Amino acid sequence: MIFLSSPHQHGGNSIQLTMFSVIIALIPAAMVSVYLYGWLAVFLLTTCIGVSLLTEYLSLKWMGKKTDRVWDGSAGLTGLLLALVLPAAVPWWMVIFASVFAIVLGKQLYGGLGHNPFNPALAARVVLLISFPLQMTTWLVPMHMDASLDMYSFMTSLKFFFLGVDAVQQTWDAVTMASPLGYLKTELGQGVTVSEALQQYHYSTLHAFIGREAGSLGEGSALALLMGGIWLMARHTISWHIPLSYLATVAVMASLFNVINPDVYAPPMFHLLAGGLMLCAFFMATDPVSSPSSGIGKVVFGVGCGVLTWVIRTFGAYPEGAMFAVVLMNMATPLIDYYVRPRVYGRKRGRQS
Amino acid sequence: MFEFWHKIQQSLSIGSVQSFTGGIVHRNQHKVTASHPIVACALPELFIHPIKQHIGDPCEPIVQVGERVLKGQTIAKPQGYLSVPVHASTSGTVTSIEEHTIPHPSGLGLISIYIKPDGLDEVDESLHPLPNYRSVDAVELRERVRQAGIAGLGGAVFPTFIKLVRDQKNPIETVILNGIECEPWLTCDHQLMIEKAHEIISGLDIILHAVDASKGIIAIEDNKLDAVKVIEKTLADMGLNESVEVRVLPTRYPQGGEKQLIQAVTGKEVPAGGLPLHIGILSTNVGTSKAVYDAVCLGEPLTERIITVSGDAVPKPANMSVRLGTSMHFLLKQCGVESFDGIKVLHGGPMMGELLSTDDVPVVKGSNGILAMTQRNIMRAHHEEEPCIRCGDCGDVCPAGLMPNLLAAHCKENQFERAEDYNLFDCIECGACSFVCPSHIPLVHYFRYGKGQVAQINREKEFAEASRVRSEKRDARLAKELAEKEEKRRIAKEKKEARAKALAEKEAAEQASSEVAAKPEEDT
Repeated sequence: MIFLSSPHQHGGNSIQLTMFSVIIALIPAAMVSVYLYGWLAVFLLTTCIGVSLLTEYLSLKWMGKKTDRVWDGSAGLTGLLLALVLPAAVPWWMVIFASVFAIVLGKQLYGGLGHNPFNPALAARVVLLISFPLQMTTWLVPMHMDASLDMYSFMTSLKFFFLGVDAVQQTWDAVTMASPLGYLKTELGQGVTVSEALQQYHYSTLHAFIGREAGSLGEGSALALLMGGIWLMARHTISWHIPLSYLATVAVMASLFNVINPDVYAPPMFHLLAGGLMLCAFFMATDPVSSPSSGIGKVVFGVGCGVLTWVIRTFGAYPEGAMFAVVLMNMATPLIDYYVRPRVYGRKRGRQS
Repeated sequence: MFEFWHKIQQSLSIGSVQSFTGGIVHRNQHKVTASHPIVACALPELFIHPIKQHIGDPCEPIVQVGERVLKGQTIAKPQGYLSVPVHASTSGTVTSIEEHTIPHPSGLGLISIYIKPDGLDEVDESLHPLPNYRSVDAVELRERVRQAGIAGLGGAVFPTFIKLVRDQKNPIETVILNGIECEPWLTCDHQLMIEKAHEIISGLDIILHAVDASKGIIAIEDNKLDAVKVIEKTLADMGLNESVEVRVLPTRYPQGGEKQLIQAVTGKEVPAGGLPLHIGILSTNVGTSKAVYDAVCLGEPLTERIITVSGDAVPKPANMSVRLGTSMHFLLKQCGVESFDGIKVLHGGPMMGELLSTDDVPVVKGSNGILAMTQRNIMRAHHEEEPCIRCGDCGDVCPAGLMPNLLAAHCKENQFERAEDYNLFDCIECGACSFVCPSHIPLVHYFRYGKGQVAQINREKEFAEASRVRSEKRDARLAKELAEKEEKRRIAKEKKEARAKALAEKEAAEQASSEVAAKPEEDT
């Protein structure tokens, strides 16, 4: 008889359940992306998820591992997350490159599930942003803003996706616009004050909240992301530590500097709703593999992400800082796990020595 | 708002909160035997008493094969300090003293005393009742508890008499009776509290007197409110509701762990490596309290206990009063188990209990439950291990505040120094981490492995140290012997030389004198 150690009862949680919960929580954000970018969003989502699954399958097969692990949901989730952080205008080959990169270099090369130091989807996006800065900061005008590119038309979208802007008899200038973060960065550089710049952009906090501003596929709607995030927290799939400490830190930093000089530093609500912060706070930074395991470590991680996000957005060369912040803090995770430990019962500190 | 702050405090493990850290809530408690009255188990054909049923040193049999023993007669006497005697559960004849499998996952055996009952159930009355325990000296009470063979009946079976001390340096202020019973399936303490409230409370009163403590707390989880009512009513009837308090705690596993219970009830923590005694607390199980009452007021040693016989393979689950030494096979048959194919027997609850390799083992003092589970049910919990996704759920539920995922990884990779740095030995093996793990990692298994390996390494180190000392001593002795030999040889050589010299001188002198004697002749 095989020797089995206690406990002899299990709570019923599984990797699959965890991953599919996160996927379900992202459905509202994915639906908003389809509303904003029509068929292009569908193409991006299906390509990312399909290529990720295929790459995962081939990697597992090539390494002689069990291929049924493809269905544990993690590769599908990586694909979904990756699609949601890409701008709608990226060409098809870049999407495939990003998906393959996320799975092969982001995950499998480190030993597969559970061993990746970075969030694979974010790592892929960072690589794309650094390699193709122009395409990665080209934002299409969303459909509800009377876009000249008819993304609700299947054929138009298909042509645009595979052949580019010329195939649909358009110019980049006509179909794209600046994102709030990018616009603010440019204007501030020219000495315009924050309030003037936001007014010129016709920025509305409400629109940013429900997701009517230009941006990456799934980053737009804070509302949809909050819905998914809060559902995950209620289910205990993710803990409150990272999202709360992350968002709170950004809000505190932004408020502090906004009070000091409101002309140069954007208000906290703008920061909270802009760019990929919501998506990063609820779905990227909370990736269990690349974030610390203890509650107190997660708070340290979240605070670090918050500070870095605000600093990169305000002083960095790129308008968006959330993904860099999370990737940088991913690197600090082993260190946090080593030094920040919960207090052990009956002891003053977590460490023995 | 308070709830929220409480949660934040708990998950950050800062400050002191009136609950224990971590823990899990079982959605299905499986307490199918709740409110099943206690029934007596029939007399089996053979009793088997292992000579060690407690934590500590084994006993020594003091009966011979063929000897007739009475119920309650001491059949094995303690050896060493941390040891309590074993008593016969009924009258009968000792048929054999030999090794028998004990309830342990290893399936190893231990010397056991076999008694064939004669059905008369004649009682040995050498322990006379002490109903006026308040006038009895504390030392005598302590000795009585030892003689009665009482060890913690909650499952840890630590000899109870050790706890009953009046220490000037660490006076005990609070006695906590543990009526938590946080393991799923088990209901023996629950039913005991309902049926034997008077005995339990009297036992607590005896303990309070023995350690000269002023305050008693009976802790019960809120899934046993009927027991709370009975206990409260009995306390009022006995006029003890001033000094004894019933504390109702929210149901949460592993609240019944001694350290966790103390934290939940008093907010204090037992210091690492210390005992509850060091913070002025004594905690014991309600069953133990009842056993103390039986031993002191009735003069009955510990020969039977209440056991929950349950599990999804048991047709007629029950709370049974079982004589120690009864075979578990017999017990399960009593509860309607016909065929043992595809059935796994657990000794204890599903969270911390041991999976037995055979059901042919006797009930011992620490048996609080016997669960017969279908193979399918057990194997569902032992799913194939998948890679750790570092979700940290294990750390959230760890009542000791450890980081089980990192700890298990270090144990798995044989990095025991690292594991010890992550406080491996503070693990209480409650199994909450394995229970919530989405990757089905048998974390507790790795911790046990790690602890065993560290113990082995330490033993080897000690052994190596001892042999080093021995070999150094030997070298020193040999060197000394050599030096002594050299010295002797030198002295002998010197003596020899001296003798040779003396001889040569003598010869020379003789020669000289003979020459002198011869010379005149030549001269003349």
